[in-house]
Amino acid sequence: MNWNWFYRMGSPKWFFYTTSRWLPWLGVLTSCLLVTGLVWGMAFAPEDAKQGNSFRIIYLHVPASLLALAGYFLMATAGAIGLIWRMKLSFMVMKCAAPLGAVLTFLALFTGAIWGKPTWGSYWVWDARVTSMLILLFLYLGVLALQYAFQSPEVGNKASAILALVGTVNIPIIYKSVDWWFTLHQPSTIKFTEAPSMHPDMFQPLLVMILGFYCFYALALFMSVRVEILHRERKTAWVRDLVSQEAKEREGVNS
Amino acid sequence: MTVKKPLLSVKNLCFRRDDTDILRAICLDIDEGDILQIEGVNGSGKTTLLRLLTSALLPSQGSIQFCGKFLADCRFDYLSSILFLGHQSAVKMGLTAEENLAWMTGLMKHSESISFALEAFGLKGYSDISCHRLSAGQQRRVALARLMLSNVKIWYLDEPFAALDAQGCALVEKCMQRHIDGGGAVVLSTHQSVALESLRRYSLPALNQHELY
Amino acid sequence: MNGLIKHGFFAHLRHDLRLINRRRGEVASPLIFFVIAATLIPLGVSPEARVLSMIAPGIIWVMALLATLLSADRLFDADYNDGSLEQILISPQLLVMPVLGKIAAHWLTTGLPLTLVSPLLGLLFSLPSEGYGAMMAGLAIGTCCLSLLVALGAALTVSLKNGGLLLTLIVMPLYMPVLIFGTATAQYSIDGLAWDVPLAVLAAMLTMAIALCPIAIAGILRLTTMN
Repeated sequence: MNWNWFYRMGSPKWFFYTTSRWLPWLGVLTSCLLVTGLVWGMAFAPEDAKQGNSFRIIYLHVPASLLALAGYFLMATAGAIGLIWRMKLSFMVMKCAAPLGAVLTFLALFTGAIWGKPTWGSYWVWDARVTSMLILLFLYLGVLALQYAFQSPEVGNKASAILALVGTVNIPIIYKSVDWWFTLHQPSTIKFTEAPSMHPDMFQPLLVMILGFYCFYALALFMSVRVEILHRERKTAWVRDLVSQEAKEREGVNS
Repeated sequence: MTVKKPLLSVKNLCFRRDDTDILRAICLDIDEGDILQIEGVNGSGKTTLLRLLTSALLPSQGSIQFCGKFLADCRFDYLSSILFLGHQSAVKMGLTAEENLAWMTGLMKHSESISFALEAFGLKGYSDISCHRLSAGQQRRVALARLMLSNVKIWYLDEPFAALDAQGCALVEKCMQRHIDGGGAVVLSTHQSVALESLRRYSLPALNQHELY
Repeated sequence: MNGLIKHGFFAHLRHDLRLINRRRGEVASPLIFFVIAATLIPLGVSPEARVLSMIAPGIIWVMALLATLLSADRLFDADYNDGSLEQILISPQLLVMPVLGKIAAHWLTTGLPLTLVSPLLGLLFSLPSEGYGAMMAGLAIGTCCLSLLVALGAALTVSLKNGGLLLTLIVMPLYMPVLIFGTATAQYSIDGLAWDVPLAVLAAMLTMAIALCPIAIAGILRLTTMN
């Protein structure tokens, strides 16, 4: 099998120029999906019978939680690829995925708290999923902190990639044990309305929002990886050419 | 004169970290009976080179062959035939000189060879004193006493003369001479001049960061 | 071959135990922390036996957790600073063996004493008498897991000047399953349930940790020591 495409993909320069072509399209797609989903979900989806309008926050909460978890696995996979094939680009993806995931996890927790107040009567409940989310945030913070703790970015990259991998092995265990812990301590006052019986009119905008969040994640990741590439490769010829070209164009516009 | 058997052959060794070349295109040959001094200004990568040679670090490029085999294929054999003494001498403060040597060489604590080595390095009366009560130079001597007890092929010594007095340095030189006479090889990094006639020098160039790109 | 050390699991275990034996104060400090920090809880919460007995297993477990964290720097820091770790890295053997030996020594001097002292804390917290056996069994197995996990964090932060806080951040999330099932073991036996179930889960976690952690730690040490 020909692995050239794989190694070409590992080249920061190739990534930078390819994503340059994708970015506008991705941007348009993301904003279309997010605007459609938000307007549809906030204004047109029917009100929930029990929770009234407060349920509408799921249009942010659910996609954010999904992406937070998926983002961790993406980060760990990128780290693993970096460790195995010593691919620089892969480490850059991992490095950029960490803060993005941490922010999404925080967003999920935050929207959950806002949602919890009218639904459960308090901002914070030690529910299994909430607790798991909190631990996920800690895992993200650990990877982030380790990344920047080392003088050498290369060592930081590798160390945090290993930590991310250890985290991946642990996430299922953590989730299962927190689940189990919750059934052990479940206070009888809290009842959860599960979502599978969601009305299609509510569910469709949610799907659009989830898609929109995925696109947004890709967009944000691409953009931050591009910044990272420019920073890490700042001494190479192609970045210098790019910058001087850009500067010339800007001068041309100004004069 | 007999033909010297080649021990180590290093080809085009490069080490990069954080997109910076730390070592570039190192080519070395070490034969039996060789003593090689690695020279270079501070920061030229002497310690890094020694770490690459001991396979504690993996090179970014290039290869190291030991007795004609690549290191990856004979790592355990290779590691069993080298001795490395770093900046830090791995002497445990909580143990006595005797215990330290026994641990480092895998010999019995009260064996004759250990007390002989300690005596040779001027630590005769100190063998059962906890090492934190010894001076820095004496601690260094404890670590260097390993040289008397080793029967491996290649020694890698990183700044072996640090913290040693003139007499200590002479002792180490004597050890090295005996080692190469017995068909071993020594690679050392030091700023001091070594009074051994068969000494070869290898100078590491100071890499200018700006010329990299 | 006496040129380079070829010490296996037991040699490292013995060596580390002997070194720790020369500095006994270090063994005592996590233990003392364990007891003293736990005595703060009644002062802060309530001296009532009913309240205390309810939270006793949890408190004892959290304290054990913190105590192992406190002793983490004993694992690799000294070896890193005096160059022994570098020697171990280039010794002709699988790195996993010395790593496991060091972890075993750490457990014998941290987890085991904590387990043995825990009944004392049980008394202070009016732990119901049914809970003692289960709590100790849980602690014995659980602290093993903790030693393995903390070694992972210690290996990652070994070359950092102020790695302690970072170590806490790294290791804490990994501790949670152990904490959950450890506390549950004691709680189950107090409530008259089958406490061997959570204990078995703890043992399963330990098996997994023994299988995976040393490999990860060996890889990490190769990376962080040569920094």
